[in-house]
Amino acid sequence: MIKFVLMVNRQGQTRLSRYYQPVELNRRATLEADVVRCCLSRKKEQVPEVNTTCGLYTLEPRSATVLCLPTVFVCGVQRLQTGLPSVRGPVHCGRCDRLRASITCHVSQNELSIYELVHNFVEVLDKYFSRVSELDIMFNLDRVHIILDEMIQNGHIVETNKSRILAPLTALDKMTSS
Amino acid sequence: MPAVSKGDGMRGLAVFISDIRNCKSKEAEIKRINKELANIRSKFKGDKALDGYSKKKYVCKLLFIFLLGHDIDFGHMEAVNLLSSNKYTEKQIGYLFISVLVNSNSELIRLINNAIKNDLSSRNPTFMCLALHCIANVGSREMAEAFASEIPRILVAGDTMDSVKQSAALCLLRLYKTSPDLVLMGEWTSRVVHLLNDQHMGVVTAAISLITCLSQKNPDEFKTCVSLAVSRLSRIVSSASTDLQDYTYYFVPAPWLSCKLLRLLQCYPPPEDGAVKGRLVECLETILNKAQEPPKSKKVQHSNAKNAILFEAISLIIHYDSEPNLLVRACNQLGQFLQHRETNLRYLALESMCTLASSEFSHEAVKTHIETVINALKTERDVSVRQRAADLLYAMCDRSNAKQIVAEMLSYLETADYSIREEMVLKVAILAEKYAVDYSWYVDTILNLIRIAGDYVSEEVWYRVIQIVINRDDVQGYAAKTVFEALQAPACHENMVKVGGYILGEFGNLIAGDPRSSPLVQFNLLHSKFHLCSVPTRALLLSAYIKFINLFPETKPTIQEVLRCDSQIRNSDVELQQRAVEYLKLSSIASTDVLATVLEEMPPFPERESSILAKLKKKKGPGAVSVTELEDNKREGGELNGSSDRGPDIAAMAASNASTPSPSADLLGIRSAAPVGAAPTSAGSLLVDVFSEAGPAAPSLAVNDDGFLRDLEQPTEASDALLVEGSGDSDSAPPSEDPAAPLSEADELLNKFVCKNNGVLFENQLLQIGIKSEYRQNLGRMYLFYGNKTSVQFASFSTTVTCPGELQSQLNVQTKPVEPIVEGGAQIQQVLNIECLTDFSDAPLLNIKFRYGGALQNLTLKLPVTINKFFQPTEMLSHDFFQRWKQLSQPQQEAQKIFKANHSMDTEVLKAKLLGLGMALLDNVDPNPENYVCAGVIQTKGQQVGCLLRLEPNAQAQMYRLTLRCSKDSVSRRLCELLAQQF
Repeated sequence: MIKFVLMVNRQGQTRLSRYYQPVELNRRATLEADVVRCCLSRKKEQVPEVNTTCGLYTLEPRSATVLCLPTVFVCGVQRLQTGLPSVRGPVHCGRCDRLRASITCHVSQNELSIYELVHNFVEVLDKYFSRVSELDIMFNLDRVHIILDEMIQNGHIVETNKSRILAPLTALDKMTSS
Repeated sequence: MPAVSKGDGMRGLAVFISDIRNCKSKEAEIKRINKELANIRSKFKGDKALDGYSKKKYVCKLLFIFLLGHDIDFGHMEAVNLLSSNKYTEKQIGYLFISVLVNSNSELIRLINNAIKNDLSSRNPTFMCLALHCIANVGSREMAEAFASEIPRILVAGDTMDSVKQSAALCLLRLYKTSPDLVLMGEWTSRVVHLLNDQHMGVVTAAISLITCLSQKNPDEFKTCVSLAVSRLSRIVSSASTDLQDYTYYFVPAPWLSCKLLRLLQCYPPPEDGAVKGRLVECLETILNKAQEPPKSKKVQHSNAKNAILFEAISLIIHYDSEPNLLVRACNQLGQFLQHRETNLRYLALESMCTLASSEFSHEAVKTHIETVINALKTERDVSVRQRAADLLYAMCDRSNAKQIVAEMLSYLETADYSIREEMVLKVAILAEKYAVDYSWYVDTILNLIRIAGDYVSEEVWYRVIQIVINRDDVQGYAAKTVFEALQAPACHENMVKVGGYILGEFGNLIAGDPRSSPLVQFNLLHSKFHLCSVPTRALLLSAYIKFINLFPETKPTIQEVLRCDSQIRNSDVELQQRAVEYLKLSSIASTDVLATVLEEMPPFPERESSILAKLKKKKGPGAVSVTELEDNKREGGELNGSSDRGPDIAAMAASNASTPSPSADLLGIRSAAPVGAAPTSAGSLLVDVFSEAGPAAPSLAVNDDGFLRDLEQPTEASDALLVEGSGDSDSAPPSEDPAAPLSEADELLNKFVCKNNGVLFENQLLQIGIKSEYRQNLGRMYLFYGNKTSVQFASFSTTVTCPGELQSQLNVQTKPVEPIVEGGAQIQQVLNIECLTDFSDAPLLNIKFRYGGALQNLTLKLPVTINKFFQPTEMLSHDFFQRWKQLSQPQQEAQKIFKANHSMDTEVLKAKLLGLGMALLDNVDPNPENYVCAGVIQTKGQQVGCLLRLEPNAQAQMYRLTLRCSKDSVSRRLCELLAQQF
């Protein structure tokens, strides 16, 4: 089960957060800071020569995608330990432009599939906003939530088909423009 | 910057967001937010005629502010108002606000429920979806009560839209998880299973999460899902990459759905139906074949998606553990990944191989990759990958490769990361002991271990080597020689000094013939380390010295000189001083014979479980979970989360170790789950004072412990006297009648004492029975006080304690007869000694008979001896708690009860009760501070049962939910029954 979805910008500011387990507000801040630290701290190690052993799933350039589960995984487990047991688990980070998306889930989940889910989410956002940026997400929070709700509900994957995910939004946009 | 916003942009919101973005400092941002909050508040309060658009705009702003990390304490009502809007966007914002900000016990739930009800009956699929999302997200009890019967209907109705079905499936899953008692199985259950056949893949994706959860809890009712899942999987796997259109992800057909299907199949054993099984095997083979095909795309997404399915399929193959052919193929596939350039794949391959190594079919195949794994241990740059490699080496180790693996692990230890050193040391120690062909190799290995990573060698490890040396006389000479050589190094670790001191003290004579290691040389060598050591080590060395006096009389003057010097005999440390004084006296007054008897060689230690293994279990697993349970837990994904990425290894370790019972004995009592603080002290003192039987210097560090236990063995004078008198009289006055049936309120009386040990057990006009009891480990002592409330004496007073039925073999209760006469107004006392042999659920019966003015009184009560009395509290961090919780996730290990509160729900009262229960009450473990979690270990003679408890009070509903997970299922049930009466 997915515990939460978090998107932050490069400065570590939260741009989207969705929890599928109750987390108190005051704990959210520390938790998010922990996740951010563990995702962003990968950045400096992303220099090319160590690219294979650590690093993050990057979309920059958009074709080169590297993820190292183990490192992210360990950070997730160790760092989050101090935060909140209920949301401890591997953190899967994805990056889009100036934004990173991360999903934390149960250890028992198939990690590669969750990882690709992040990617799929980013691709859907890209499709809708035609190359999504931080501003898109800030100014269209409601829509990003609609997209997310179409993909993940209650911590489980509901839909992976891009056009079906976007169907309600497309209908909505048609309605408002007419 | 409203241009960025899509659709009907809310200008005010866009401006606000831009403002926030432009804030230069945190203070400026807070100021701007406060201004906005004040503005919204006044808008909500003042102008009653806010239109839907403004409400939506302000609620949206609040959401944004919340996202920035500020608490929002108003606006809920406006959000609820938005729910009844007819505009999708307004309704959506309302629902979003509620699912993000309203917690499940809000007072608004009733209003929200009304809105949901309207939307569910609206027949507008988008509205229905919003309402279902909201239920799924909030998932409160009231919502479950209102909609639990409605949602299954929506889910299986023929005319429901696909998107609504998807939402309904996950909504039902949430309700089932939060309030399983309200979601009643019915005719919908079979139709839910058939959703696996739905032509719409999205519906299948959503439904499968629900079905997986339901079949974990009710495997039999959902058995039919296996064949349906297999056929669905087979259709996906055999489809061309373009068949499934939008569900194909980078040329991989429906990867997420395939993973979920494979995961569902892991809830069941291999299908019995030959045709289904054949089809499944075919699927698995296809998946393995596809891994060999050239990739259809160079994109990493393609290979990730493909491998996600592959790893899940391998998990299923490992889960079945019955198809040798597939297991070997899986192993070969993973072997290829071990050399892959993607770190992720190497990591996952190492992890999966660990589980493969424990299967008899693939163990050999895994072993062929030993060189690659060793190489990974040496060269991987990422510590977590190295850690997996070490785990795998441990898992694949057997007699044939033990020497190689242990050598590699030892050399890795020199550079290993600090975080994993202690675990590595334990693993090396276990492997060395388990696969030791000759014990000299074992001794060498452990000494190497101390040399390389002395700081990480825990007491258990060096206790163990001493234990083995003492018990095996063929290795003693070699051990003495080796430690002697090891001690000659200019700097050696204190643990080495301890082992050296102990072994030379016992067996130094075996190498004394060689002039290079003559007694005096040995002594000087040991004593040269003395001043650098800590107090416990010095104490041990002093004991070794007195043993030297016995072994080699010629060293006596030298040693006496050492003992006599001020730094010993006037040492500021009491322990050292006492030893020096007493050993000195002993050596000067005792004759050689006496010395030889007192300082005789240590007798072999009794056979026990390896203390190292116990330590590893203590480090990782709950109490002492039995091997089979660990095995079963291996593949469980717990409901409660927490990471146990290492879970399987312990299981494997425990399993493999248990299959070859360790040949030698243990030095220490195993108190694997005793509170961390207590165990080492008493255990430590045991060892350091290993000579205490010989020398008089035996300060009992564990006063409490020993005092109590000694008490148990030596009846007090009073009861001795009773014994003498009682035996004389009891013949003359035999109570003739059979014991009466237990009082009707006996159970109630019993319940009174679950959480306390002292009090009045029973009272009527004649008699009062008071009770005082204390428990330690698996032993208990109970004092019963019989008070005569009348002024007339009771004659022929007698009591009998019986253990009815199977309790006889579970509990051992011993007592002595009581005085037959109880004078008016007097009180007599009876002592019961209780030993818990194994877990039990009945209570022993106490029958009391006496004559009061000629009438025979006959009374039977239940003695308040309940299983929880044998609890040892276990303190643990939340991380450990959840790890253990997860390990105990088999359905039968869990007992749960939801019940109405019978007593006050006051926090302090609850805490006191939980403490009285005997478990450790753990703070800061449960994410919800309202809940209580406890951990403890039940000590019985035969076994220790780890127990975890979670109590979730719902003050509003005056209800509790109590969940227990124990390593033994009968204990879970019994505790649950007992405790449900207490709150």
